[in-house]
Amino acid sequence: MTVEAENPAWEEQAPAIGHVRRPGLDVSHKVILYLEDISVSFDGFKALNNLSLAIDAGELRCIIGPNGAGKTTMMDVITGKTRPDSGTCFFGQTLDLTRMTEPEIAHAGIGRKFQKPTVFENHTVFENLELAMTADKRALRTLFAWLGQEGRDRIADTLKLIRLDADADRPAGLLSHGQKQWLEIGMLLMQEPKLLLLDEPVAGMTDDETERTGELFKSLAGKHSLVVVEHDMAFIEQLGGKVTVLHEGSVLAEGDLATVQGDARVVEVYLGR
Amino acid sequence: MFPMRTPFVIRFLSALPRAGWIAMGLFATLTLVIMPALHLFVPPESPFHVSAYVITLGGKILCYAIVAVAMDLIWGYAGILSLGHGLFFALGGYAFGMYLMRQIGRDGSYQSDLPDFMVFLDWKELPWYWTGSDSFLWAAFLVLALPGVVAFLFGWFAFRSRIKGVYFSIITQALTLAAMLLFFRNETGFGGNNGFTDFKRILGYDITAPETRATLFALSALALMLTLLLGRYLTTSKYGRVLAAIRDSESRVMFIGYNPLHYKLFIWTLSAMLCGIAGALYVPQVGIINPGEMSPANSIEIAIWVAVGGRGTLIGPVLGAGLVNLFKSYFTVAFPEYWLFFLGALFVAVTLWLPEGLVGLWRRLKTRRAA
Amino acid sequence: MTRFLISFLFCWLAVPAWAALDPSLVRQLTEEDSDRRIEAIQQLLVLPEAAPLLQAMADDGLMVGEDRVFIFTGETALDAATGEPIAPAPEAYESVMVNNRIRSALANALAAQKLSDTDAQVRLEAARELQSNAGLELVPALARALKTESDPTILDLLALAHAKASLESPDPEARLAAVTDLGARGSREARSLLLPLAEEAGEPDARVRAAATESLREIESRLAIGEFLGQIFSGLSLGSILLLAALGLAITYGVMGVINMAHGELLMVGAYTAFLVQTVFRTYLPEYLDWYVLAAIPTAFVAAALVGMVLERTVIRRLYGRPLETLLATWGLSLILIQAARVLFGAQNVEVANPTWMSGGVEVMAGLVLPWNRVFILGFSLFVLGLIWVLMQKTRLGLFVRAVTQNRPMAGCVGVPTGRVDTLAFGLGAGIAGLGGVALSQIANVGPDMGQGYIVDSFLVVVLGGVGQLAGAVWAALGLGVVTKFMEGWWGAVIAKIVVLVIVIAFIQKRPQGLFALKGRFVES
Repeated sequence: MTVEAENPAWEEQAPAIGHVRRPGLDVSHKVILYLEDISVSFDGFKALNNLSLAIDAGELRCIIGPNGAGKTTMMDVITGKTRPDSGTCFFGQTLDLTRMTEPEIAHAGIGRKFQKPTVFENHTVFENLELAMTADKRALRTLFAWLGQEGRDRIADTLKLIRLDADADRPAGLLSHGQKQWLEIGMLLMQEPKLLLLDEPVAGMTDDETERTGELFKSLAGKHSLVVVEHDMAFIEQLGGKVTVLHEGSVLAEGDLATVQGDARVVEVYLGR
Repeated sequence: MFPMRTPFVIRFLSALPRAGWIAMGLFATLTLVIMPALHLFVPPESPFHVSAYVITLGGKILCYAIVAVAMDLIWGYAGILSLGHGLFFALGGYAFGMYLMRQIGRDGSYQSDLPDFMVFLDWKELPWYWTGSDSFLWAAFLVLALPGVVAFLFGWFAFRSRIKGVYFSIITQALTLAAMLLFFRNETGFGGNNGFTDFKRILGYDITAPETRATLFALSALALMLTLLLGRYLTTSKYGRVLAAIRDSESRVMFIGYNPLHYKLFIWTLSAMLCGIAGALYVPQVGIINPGEMSPANSIEIAIWVAVGGRGTLIGPVLGAGLVNLFKSYFTVAFPEYWLFFLGALFVAVTLWLPEGLVGLWRRLKTRRAA
Repeated sequence: MTRFLISFLFCWLAVPAWAALDPSLVRQLTEEDSDRRIEAIQQLLVLPEAAPLLQAMADDGLMVGEDRVFIFTGETALDAATGEPIAPAPEAYESVMVNNRIRSALANALAAQKLSDTDAQVRLEAARELQSNAGLELVPALARALKTESDPTILDLLALAHAKASLESPDPEARLAAVTDLGARGSREARSLLLPLAEEAGEPDARVRAAATESLREIESRLAIGEFLGQIFSGLSLGSILLLAALGLAITYGVMGVINMAHGELLMVGAYTAFLVQTVFRTYLPEYLDWYVLAAIPTAFVAAALVGMVLERTVIRRLYGRPLETLLATWGLSLILIQAARVLFGAQNVEVANPTWMSGGVEVMAGLVLPWNRVFILGFSLFVLGLIWVLMQKTRLGLFVRAVTQNRPMAGCVGVPTGRVDTLAFGLGAGIAGLGGVALSQIANVGPDMGQGYIVDSFLVVVLGGVGQLAGAVWAALGLGVVTKFMEGWWGAVIAKIVVLVIVIAFIQKRPQGLFALKGRFVES
């Protein structure tokens, strides 16, 4: 099965030329992301140590682990920000992420939300979403790009979803922390990624907002694959997916939340002796 | 709002709002009609006569204004401070200067087919890179291509390795410094120290004739207006928004799928080509081009024009280039020994107290009055 | 000079007489035939007691009159052979004509005599003179001196002179020995002496020709090594200047993330301070003038550091977090400093002289002379480097500076007074630039514009070395210096500059963080 046919309109708009072609993603073995024996070290410190991980297509996976366990570094490796010292990292069956640049990886369909919300503070909320929206993102195409009605509708839908339709023309820098989190999630949705990497998405949100975020994520799973890094156990429980525990750069335990929480090693890592 | 298939020209022109078009019309009347007419048709005795000095100074400042807008496009909108834009200006000037040198023909001091400095160096024929320099069209092509290619190559290597911020600034300064040293050498074949001068004709017309001066002045004004229109379109387009996003958070832009390299490279190369045009218009008006134009001090001065006027706006650089240069031409004659003190103080004062420039100051005053 | 020689002669005259010389030999000096006279000179030169006679002849003080040969000094007449005064002095006499050939023979003879002087300085000068114009006639004298001489420098000169003189010998064996000897000496002079001998026109004997070719090859390779080492040395010396200029920049860039475009002008401040200190010494302490540099070093450090701290407090501090605007503001400051120097000291370069102990150089091998001032600067920059290392690694300020360099907010959180650290670090960087200025004043012109060229070069060092890395700065500065000098040797200064720039850009493609990169999660932000 390939997911390519999911977005035929987009493919028509931007004929597949050169490096910006959005390559067809081959998830024929049901796995969308393979990490195998990934190691990264910074001046002798092993941030990732033979990490192996596989995410299924449509899965919602939660990653937990104490500080310094390598969660953010793992995301850096997947999105091309950090090159691993060794190991392989495949998106679907064919795309070797260790050989692709950040924009190429983003184009292939991996979206990322950062730990610290990063939106374009001088741009309005509307413009933030416009920039993120799937389009031909090559420089010369962008130069002559024109936002059509279809695009406006999509942005309007997303604005409603993230409840920022009243703030559409305000600079994003004026939003509250929680609103910025939502805006960033909105931007992620505009990208229509196949795999979403979410680094602490509900930090700074109220309980109500957190719950709504959980609902949104659950509704996305199936069509998209999600990897959520969180510390908030209640939120993870709400999501209800498989949980992976990272410790010192490698996988310590994997399973549903209850199993993992019952694992003696996990308890030791979290609580100490 | 326009439907999907609106012709590009209309979209391009609609980037400028009505007030902008009115200002543009006034500016066009002044520079394309009134000034040339006052220079050509009003007798010198009249108080309304515009002298050759004034029209040349005006043309020079218009060229500087183009450079300032080009500089602002990359500094104000893309956040890349170039300390080497004088190089592209000079390259355009040299490319066109080669044509002007060939137009001298046998009227030089040595009455040779070769430019005087080559006779002086005892060269027997033109170097290969002077091929075609007697053609106006080739010269016009080089004016765009030379700065464009240099900027493209340099930018490609620099942006590809993600050189940014002060790193990039200093390396552009090193670039223009190296080029200046290269052009100072006689062997380089561009007249060494003295550069090109003593031009006689342009397209067959006498280069010092009032009509030629007026035409060059008007052309400079036209070029400036086109530059402003282009800048307006660029900065209000989605491209401009991506550029500003790159300026504010480059890594974030990469993670939503834009390749900053191409965006920066395009505006960088375009900016260099605009400088080349300005240089080509500048040289016939002032009658000389030499390696001094590539000195780091010259390039960094461009930045202060933009800063004084207000970066991130299009009118600011024009204002800044005009004011600073008018002031300079007065000051360097009246108090030559204090000019550097003043210029230095201007650099410090503007960055400390006027970070948004005059345009920013005006805006602040306006909002304060409104409040 | 003549007067000095005459009084010198009088000293001799005070001593009664000298051991008598062979009168026929003395007479031979006055004959018509130059060859015969030269023969006499050569016979006389081996006799130490003939010195006054030869000297007098060289000074046109040897007279012939009334059938006697005597030395006449204006008052007294001395017999040329015995040194006895002649009274009364002959009435009619004429001076012995000395033509150029004779004169040079005399000069050589006198020099050869001085080779046995007790004063090493006199011997050295004599050996120098002989080395440049010794002829075959001096071979015995030189051979004798070679046996007795102990000073290695003089010995070298003598050996060269001996070999050179022997080349004129008609005896192929002697020439062969000389050629081999020259090959072992291997100086530039030896090379030009040997060149004609390697060809048939210059040397009839095939064995000598072969030996000459062999010796030439030997010399060439030794000279090439000398030249190579010389270039490395001048590269290191350029590198040490770059290092002094870049160290300060590296510290301030590391701590505050800003490039101080007025850094070159802080070099200038240091250099002008050296000039002022020199002027003060010249006026008030002329007897210690040679040591003004030692006083200039701390003074320049303090002066430049003060200027730097004032700049930091008044301007740079207010631009925190706006590195590009800091470039512009500090450029403005540099313009003001340059113009101030012009107003205060004039637009012309001022003269800063090397102390006498720094002039001249040491010849470490044939064709390789290391000027003392460059050696001094190399040593000085190493000394400064050591000082900074101690400061950075062993003091509290150094600890703070390193902390702020790596993570400013975190350093602030744990109580490092970042504001004060900024000022002090900036003062330290500026002071080091001031030291660089003192060093620069010893080898380059001191003028208002002198600092302008250094900002780009020293920034390239910082880029290459990696931010906040002393070791990186050292390798980058010395490396850039050496590479630049070699390329200057091949292609000239301009192309070298361009190539260096291209190399640096190419290098950053591969290692954007410099030679010695800090790694980790926080580096990029």
